[in-house]
Amino acid sequence: MVEALTGQTITEKIFSLAVGKKVFAGDIVVVPVDLAMAHDGTAPLTINSFREMGGEKVWDPNRIILVIDHVAPSSFEGTSNLHKLMREFTHEQNIKNFYDIGWGVCHQLMVENHVTSGMVVVGADSHTCTYGALGAFATGIGSTEMAAVFKTGKLWFRVPETIQCRFTGEIPPNVMAKDLILHMVGEIGADGATYKAIDFSGDVVKKLSVDGRLTLCNMVVEMGAKSGIIQPDQKTYEYLKSKNRFPKTMLKNDPNIKFKEIYEFEISKLEPQIACPPTVDNVKSVSEVEGLEIDQVFLGSCTNGRIEDLKEAAKILVNQKIHPNVRMIVIPASRNVYLEALKEGLIEIFVKAGCTVCNPGCGPCAGAHQGVPAKGEIVLSTSNRNFVGRMGCAEAEIYLCSPITAAISAVKGKITNVNHVR
Amino acid sequence: MVEFEVKGKVWKFGDDVSTDAIISGKYKFKTLNMKELAQHAMETLNPNFAKKVNFGDLIIAGKNFGCGSSREQAPRVLKELGISAIIAASFARIFFRNAINVGLPVVECEKAAKEINEKDIVEVNLEKGLIKNLTQNKVYKFNPIPTFLLNILKVGGLVEYLKQYGGYEV
Repeated sequence: MVEALTGQTITEKIFSLAVGKKVFAGDIVVVPVDLAMAHDGTAPLTINSFREMGGEKVWDPNRIILVIDHVAPSSFEGTSNLHKLMREFTHEQNIKNFYDIGWGVCHQLMVENHVTSGMVVVGADSHTCTYGALGAFATGIGSTEMAAVFKTGKLWFRVPETIQCRFTGEIPPNVMAKDLILHMVGEIGADGATYKAIDFSGDVVKKLSVDGRLTLCNMVVEMGAKSGIIQPDQKTYEYLKSKNRFPKTMLKNDPNIKFKEIYEFEISKLEPQIACPPTVDNVKSVSEVEGLEIDQVFLGSCTNGRIEDLKEAAKILVNQKIHPNVRMIVIPASRNVYLEALKEGLIEIFVKAGCTVCNPGCGPCAGAHQGVPAKGEIVLSTSNRNFVGRMGCAEAEIYLCSPITAAISAVKGKITNVNHVR
Repeated sequence: MVEFEVKGKVWKFGDDVSTDAIISGKYKFKTLNMKELAQHAMETLNPNFAKKVNFGDLIIAGKNFGCGSSREQAPRVLKELGISAIIAASFARIFFRNAINVGLPVVECEKAAKEINEKDIVEVNLEKGLIKNLTQNKVYKFNPIPTFLLNILKVGGLVEYLKQYGGYEV
């Protein structure tokens, strides 16, 4: 009888299917994972721990994905040695899903090539939560836990409670998914969703492209969430189909659910948003910091390096030049995005505008190459973190914004609200 | 082996200490040598920390300790420096799991996190869920760590645990 009254969230259903019995938030379960991903910042330690555990053969080489993206190509000898360790491991373990330098950011490669609705996915990277946008349960774990997954194919979880987030109203012009999620982070704070799943529902989310939905789920960890989730729909299906994949399941929330919390954000009058240093939840309207001179702009990352992001930025940069005092670094999130951008003429627009286009990967976001700022400099970035020292210099300040705000600000040489220009 | 009772001098930090602050990305991509990395632990928050910290010392911090990147190097460098436990108002979830997995005790206790001061001498009993501030003569209770996580800590981390248990026993 209790079951009849208690509906399940998508996340509870994914876990239930994975363990073969009905489970609810709060239950601790040991779950077989569908996919396990690690990159050059985390895989070397995973490989070490795997060996220390007495690991000889990984549980399933076809379910493991390894990516070199954080410092790619390597800029230090030490890093090169860690990359070599990864390459040797992939050969030894017969791991076919290995993406060496230039393929792109791990999360973009996962959504383009591997993840599908209904899966349980773990990644040794906090932004693994991105894949919830395709209706999968996906979360970040550490290197030694990943080693345990490599060895056993399983991991323990506490099934999370779900917070529902409903964006309502009409998306204003020049406001992107990034502005919506920055707004939410600002409202609920850097620990506002710790241990929880965030379910994005409502008409606004339905209208967003898959690219935009990925941006939403990418940043749930900036509120401490375990995972983000968006109910798969026709758009999800078409996206997967275009990549020759099909959903494992197309799950929905039951109607009779008690969410842990429900947040509703009316966004019809939302202005472009910006996260100010030194925390991601220090969010303001762009207008509040308008006029601040900037030194470097980064367009890219697992948050905003997809084709829609590049297109929106290119619309602003076409027939324009970036300000002479600004460097602008553009990095497509993957080789596929890069090729599409080439085909559509976007790369030509960026180069003619004076941008520096780098190979697909994490770029300056990881703080080790491709645009480490100097002391006292101000960086405007479409990525997801602005912590002190994040980009490799503790005395530089990082502001986070949408691709549109990044592009118009690069042209003006200062933080600019695009709605005040046109 | 992790002792179930730890005792040491306190280093105090604020809210939202990120894993970037614990160990910066600019170092962690270069090496797996934790001794080397540990020299840069917390350097933007307290440049003296890595030089002056003593084996057995504890960290007290505010909310959301270890937020951000999943880097396991963060709890590892703190353990390398001899930190015996971290008491915080709350932890970011990946850091919390990573700390247990590398055998570094983590305790959530908002009141203790607020009232304990830098340089206080503090004793923590993980099994009983007790924190004693020997300097201020105060006692705090916290929800004891679940048994299977305690078992991971008991053997010194997940590597040893899996060697002994073969898999998770939750």
